[in-house]
Amino acid sequence: MDAKVETPVGEQIKLSVRNLNFYYGGFHALKNITLDIPEKKVTAFIGPSGCGKSTLLRAFNRMYELYPEQRAEGEIIMDGSNLLTSKDDVSLIRAKIGMVFQKPTPFPMSIYDNIAFGVKLFESLPRVEMDERVEWALKKAALWNEVKDKLGQSGSGLSGGQQQRLCIARGIAIKPEVLLLDEPCSALDPISTGKIEELIHELKTDYTVVIVTHNMQQAARSSDYTAYMYLGDLIEFGRTQDVFMRPTKKDTEDYITGRFG
Amino acid sequence: MTASATSPGERDTVRRRLHQKRKLANIVALALALTAMAFGLFWLIWILVETVRLGVGGLALSLFTEMTPPPLAEIGGLANAIFGSVMMVSLATLLGTPIGVLAGIYLAEFGRGSWLASTTRFINDILLSAPSIVIGLFIYAVVVARVGSFSGFAGILALALIVIPVVIRTTENMLALIPNALREAAYALGTPKWRVIMTVTLKAARAGVMTGILLAFARIAGETAPLLFTALSNQFWTSDLSQPMASLPVTIFKFAMSPYENWQKLAWAGVLLITLGVLVLNILARTFLRNKH
Repeated sequence: MDAKVETPVGEQIKLSVRNLNFYYGGFHALKNITLDIPEKKVTAFIGPSGCGKSTLLRAFNRMYELYPEQRAEGEIIMDGSNLLTSKDDVSLIRAKIGMVFQKPTPFPMSIYDNIAFGVKLFESLPRVEMDERVEWALKKAALWNEVKDKLGQSGSGLSGGQQQRLCIARGIAIKPEVLLLDEPCSALDPISTGKIEELIHELKTDYTVVIVTHNMQQAARSSDYTAYMYLGDLIEFGRTQDVFMRPTKKDTEDYITGRFG
Repeated sequence: MTASATSPGERDTVRRRLHQKRKLANIVALALALTAMAFGLFWLIWILVETVRLGVGGLALSLFTEMTPPPLAEIGGLANAIFGSVMMVSLATLLGTPIGVLAGIYLAEFGRGSWLASTTRFINDILLSAPSIVIGLFIYAVVVARVGSFSGFAGILALALIVIPVVIRTTENMLALIPNALREAAYALGTPKWRVIMTVTLKAARAGVMTGILLAFARIAGETAPLLFTALSNQFWTSDLSQPMASLPVTIFKFAMSPYENWQKLAWAGVLLITLGVLVLNILARTFLRNKH
């Protein structure tokens, strides 16, 4: 692929990916990716399994560093500095860039402590303010009404959809600027999925949201920009309506229309 | 006999025949499993029944108040042996648990794929299956022989050496069962590694880790061999750990082998005490852990 910069016109840019290459050991998983993620918009990464969309997402918060055989080369620029080579502690980057995973991952503690856990890492709030923060985060994640009477109960006692919203609440409680969602609905039923999608829509007023999804309708419904990836290449990137209605590449069209993938 | 060539009727017959075969296999497997279980339970229950039958006669208040008696004495108990056992087993668990848990954390969370971890794991497995008499002799050689006297300390060291590999193994296994997704979720919030381990993974694995500690405790409560060469025994009450110390298993060993009736009776009472003690501890810990979840 050519290294053409894919820049959304007329948007503030939050994250700039430049010539990003990613390797799992000897396997070249992302090939020279260059794109810009607009601020306070929802950007969706779509593509068949193994195309590198989750890999790209996990590069933003340097999640790959947990695994010694994985490495990234290139630049991901946020607020003028390259995240990949930043001297800042990776914790500080992750405080700014939150992540929600495919399967809900409540911590083995109460609902309240699940939310307070992350906040305590970066702020020492008095009890009253912490209570307010927990309530704020749970309200933001549209979970407050369902759990307000059982904050002391274990987070793992909630339903799958509630657990996933708990994880989103936990992510936004530390007030990040970017929220990465890695197939957040793939383990959920349609009703829970609907709630999360509404939530994503709400969230973009305050956050830059990047979502990886296998669900084409979900990308079409909930995102402003869409990137179609295939075998480690970025094939097409643009406004969601353009990518879905008038794809410029044949590959994209085939995938979107279900002829392939 | 291709599937496509058969009519629906024939397919049905084949399916029925296969189903009958599977049903039969199922019955045979179930019967074998039940027989194996019954065989195991039979001995276990027999042991328990005999322990209670022979031990219950010796149960009296004097068991807890009187010292181990000379042969053929009228009165006597196991007070010094009970105290010695409780003391040494508890302190050995206290000593071995932190070392075992920390080493288990290293193996599961830090040393994945490193040669140091795989070497440690290998050596630990050897230690895990080492006969306890070897450990007793080892402590005899490096501690008792050098210091020049049997002591409670030496007993504690020997027992702790048995606790450590058990706790390392269970801690590592339990931590390995925690899905990576949970770790990643904690790291994704910007949590430092030590905090991920202490507040998330170890907490998620705590029931299993506790079970491991309990298993180790139960195991050393009944160990005789490592104490024979280290704490030896003592006919008198002592809480001085630098002195030889009595323990239930060693006292049982000594008394049960004797021709004296009063000693034999106390030995059976001691056996019952250890069995009940370990049983009660297990039940308590299990109910406690279940309620916490």
